Amino acid sequence: MQQPAQEVMSTAEEQEKWLADAVALVQHNAFFMHRALDANNLRDALKYSAQMLSELRTSKLSPQKYYELYMRTFDELRMLEVFFKEESKRGRTNADLYELVQHAGNILPRLYLLCTVGSVYIKSKEAPAKDVLKDLVEMSRGVQHPIRGLFLRSYLSQISRDKLPDVGSEFEGEGGNVMDAVEFVLQNFTEMNKLWVRMQHQGPAREKEKREKERSELRELVGKNLHVLSQLEGVDLEMYKEVVLPRVLEQVVNCKDELAQYYLMDCIIQVFPDDFHLQTLETLLAACPQLQSTVDIKTVMSQLMERLSNYAASSPEVLPEFLQVEAFTKLSNAVVKVIEAQPDMPLVGAVSLHVALLTFILRVHIDRLDYVDQVLGGCVKKLEGKGKVKDNKATKQLVALLTAPLEKYNDVVTMLKLANYSKVMAHLDYETNKVMATVIIQSIMKNGTYITTADKVDALFELLRELIKDGEGLPAEEVDEEDFKEEQNLVARLVHMLVNPDPDEMFKILTTARKHFRQGGPRRLEYTLAPLVFSASKLVRSLQGREASEDSPVSLEKIFQFLHKTVEDLSMVPAPELALRLYLQCAEAASDCNMEPVAYEFFTQAFVIYEEEIADSKAQVTAIHLIIGTLQRTQVFGVENRDTLTHKATGYSAKLLKKPDQCRAVFACSHLFWVDDEGGVKDGERVLLCLKRALRIANAAQQMSSATRGSNGPITLFVEILNKYLYYYEKGNPQVTSNVIQGLLELIQTEMQSENTVQDPGVDAFFASTIRYIQYQKLKTDEVGERYAAIQT
Amino acid sequence: MNYLIGAFKPPCTVTVEFNDAETRKQANIKKENGQMAPVPLFQSQESVVGEVRIEPLPGKKVEHMGVKIELLGQIELYFDRGSFYDFTSLVRELDVPGEIVDRKIYPFEFSTVEMPYESYNGVNVRLRYILKVTISRSYATNIVEYKDFWVRNFSPPPEINNSIKMEVGIEDCLHIEFEYSKSKYHLKDVIIGKIYFLLVRIKIKHMELEIRRRESTGSGPNTYNETETLAKYEIMDGAPVRGESIPIRLFLSPYDLTPTYRNINNKFSVKYYLNLVLVDEEDRRYFKQQEITMLRID
Repeated sequence: MQQPAQEVMSTAEEQEKWLADAVALVQHNAFFMHRALDANNLRDALKYSAQMLSELRTSKLSPQKYYELYMRTFDELRMLEVFFKEESKRGRTNADLYELVQHAGNILPRLYLLCTVGSVYIKSKEAPAKDVLKDLVEMSRGVQHPIRGLFLRSYLSQISRDKLPDVGSEFEGEGGNVMDAVEFVLQNFTEMNKLWVRMQHQGPAREKEKREKERSELRELVGKNLHVLSQLEGVDLEMYKEVVLPRVLEQVVNCKDELAQYYLMDCIIQVFPDDFHLQTLETLLAACPQLQSTVDIKTVMSQLMERLSNYAASSPEVLPEFLQVEAFTKLSNAVVKVIEAQPDMPLVGAVSLHVALLTFILRVHIDRLDYVDQVLGGCVKKLEGKGKVKDNKATKQLVALLTAPLEKYNDVVTMLKLANYSKVMAHLDYETNKVMATVIIQSIMKNGTYITTADKVDALFELLRELIKDGEGLPAEEVDEEDFKEEQNLVARLVHMLVNPDPDEMFKILTTARKHFRQGGPRRLEYTLAPLVFSASKLVRSLQGREASEDSPVSLEKIFQFLHKTVEDLSMVPAPELALRLYLQCAEAASDCNMEPVAYEFFTQAFVIYEEEIADSKAQVTAIHLIIGTLQRTQVFGVENRDTLTHKATGYSAKLLKKPDQCRAVFACSHLFWVDDEGGVKDGERVLLCLKRALRIANAAQQMSSATRGSNGPITLFVEILNKYLYYYEKGNPQVTSNVIQGLLELIQTEMQSENTVQDPGVDAFFASTIRYIQYQKLKTDEVGERYAAIQT
Repeated sequence: MNYLIGAFKPPCTVTVEFNDAETRKQANIKKENGQMAPVPLFQSQESVVGEVRIEPLPGKKVEHMGVKIELLGQIELYFDRGSFYDFTSLVRELDVPGEIVDRKIYPFEFSTVEMPYESYNGVNVRLRYILKVTISRSYATNIVEYKDFWVRNFSPPPEINNSIKMEVGIEDCLHIEFEYSKSKYHLKDVIIGKIYFLLVRIKIKHMELEIRRRESTGSGPNTYNETETLAKYEIMDGAPVRGESIPIRLFLSPYDLTPTYRNINNKFSVKYYLNLVLVDEEDRRYFKQQEITMLRID
């Protein structure tokens, strides 16, 4: 009867020793018990088994060690059970035995023996199983020590498992019905849980953590009861709904213990079948908000939702059931309630609950976009007033929340219908938001999703606003230039996905896009406006052939106005070179549409930019060549306008800084007077003027070179000019005669032989191939051949 | 010395036999030397019938002033050494004065003897029934032979048998309510009951139920009380919390109990108590004792 006054839990070493001592005593008594069994001596058998079982009365062992000890005695008890069975064959009634073992003075050995006899008693069917079970579970109340009680009841559960009067069991009928079986298991479960919870409150506070760990090790003992319940054949939906679940939940809620609540909820979800859950969702979910506020309810609920979604995914025929029980509504209400009930729940918890819910919808109600939006709305509500989410984990969950529908629907257009999507996204911190935006764009690209209405564009850009404009959360430090470029390029690519075959809508799209882009600041415009210009040009091309109808709100004029404005914006950035190119691009488009004034205006703008903004000589060279090239192709101008423009172009060409650049620009200008197309300008004289002027400049360049460096520069320019001459000669420009060419050839040859001239193999080769070309042309028998005949090489 | 012993040895052997010795029930009784021995068992209103056999030793004869047999009911109080109180005394004359030469057999019969009290071996008191054969001699000491027998009486089942129910406690510390289903038990009975914890502020280690026997002898200022604990039966292990109810089921058969004796011949009483004991972690004991009545029921 004496027990150590103190419960001493100590180091592993001591534990080992205590266990070893206890095991030795168990073996010792088991040995005598075996002897008594062999001699059919019931009295001694009971005496020694009780002594053996007395070892289980220890308070020293940790749960783990206690378990080892328990297992030892468990094996011995199996032998005793066999003996009891034989004893009843020898004429002793089981009722007798059942009484006899209760003479033991100590309760723990007594109850172990009672359970063991009880098992035989039930098996013999001398008494109804339900009565024996009820008695055993009732008597077990005598052990109130948590660990000892848990193990005792676990033993009871173990020996009774195959003896429950379940439907279809041999013990059904006389032995009771499934209700008795359920009642028994429930009671044992309830008591075990109480003991398990109580463990937490015993012993010093400083060992709380250790106890929690130990408790965690014992949880399966408790959970096993639920497993037994789930295995009962007779527990059908009706009974589960009416009896089992309410009773289990009552216990779970009332025990008010974090660990137990979490584990048991999880257990319920895992052990009972999916369709049970589906049909009892309301009851199960109603328990969730009642749990302790520290319980990790989000994991529990997520698991439930996951199970249900897997269930739905596994067999499509169960889907109507989901609708019938309004699974979503219930789940979503529960999420709201749980969040309300647990005000301390970290944000990440709340968000991940929404993620779970969303996953559920995407699996079960893929067609219910309104549900998705509702979930997002719920999340927004939770986030309201919280500003940007700083918590890393919560951010991750938010991203998951946003990514899930994107991946599921693979269609951003669908997403744009979700009013709350952007609101959720707004709570992401700057960096994450950008990442999310990138993901969205990539999804659009990958899936080739076209955004076809202005409204959608509006919504989309609202989503992507962190990429499109500077947000408030902009970090102070400089953004990485390369990253920025990449992002903006992505946005630029996106522009080409904004397409609608209807010009009216397309124009609206463009306007909307520009509206958004203009908020992006100069740095972004450079990237974003160019694709817009091209997109608009495309629209121009599509309208080009058509008759402008009266009622159409969009006209070429309007588009050009749009283009003008857009490029103008760009020039303000300033991005003169890009603006210049785009102006030229527009000019050409206008020309193709036969809109001379418009084209002229664009050219004017181009020139203005050239004059005012482009100072760099290299840039000037490029620019002037671009202007020349475009102007050459532009057919729309009347003589006057054309003169003005060509004059300007030629003038600027001659004013370039470097002589070679001047030279090249000038001979390029010659093309402005000779358009080879039918009906094109063919002003031979002015061509020749240009060429001559180029030649003069080349000469001047040679002289300058010889004056400054003491040697003549390469004769590249001459060869180039020669080629131009040959071109016009071939094209039949009457002003370009064989004599002129002959002269030029000689000049080049003289220059080449001059000692002052720097030799350049490249140039030599260039000249040589030009000569070869002439000779080749001479061989021709047609008109061209005849013309070339006049030239001597 | 042998002849000396021989000289004092009674010249005959006297044996007392019951007629139905073969079939009569026997009770296993603990003797003074601690060993169990079977003793013939009677109850009140039975006839005690048998024969006395006197066999003189070979070559000896017994002269006597008469032979008689007595049936005595005695109460013996140990502290009052040597004092016997005969509450029953019946005599049968077996022979007139004369000489016994050969073996002689005397049948005797006490019919429907009133034996109101049960035989009892206690700590301070003994109640016994004996047959006493006396061969009176004029010049030598009387030859006396005793024969013990045991008496047990059955009582009818009680007409009223209330449960014992009580709420006890220490203020703000421990409140329990206990209930035993009956107040009167027969010797092979089972005590069924439960203990309900209303308030638990102490750290209880375990709880047990004791069966105690109190033997009171003497009367007035000379009363001697002797209490024995016959059973210690653990009914709870560990600390319960408020609201727990702990079942009790104690089988009485393994214990050596007698019925409750109240004021037997104004000499002694034997009473039984159930003692509920709670032990806390500092080994302090909290208990509550309740008398129960034990009955022998057929």
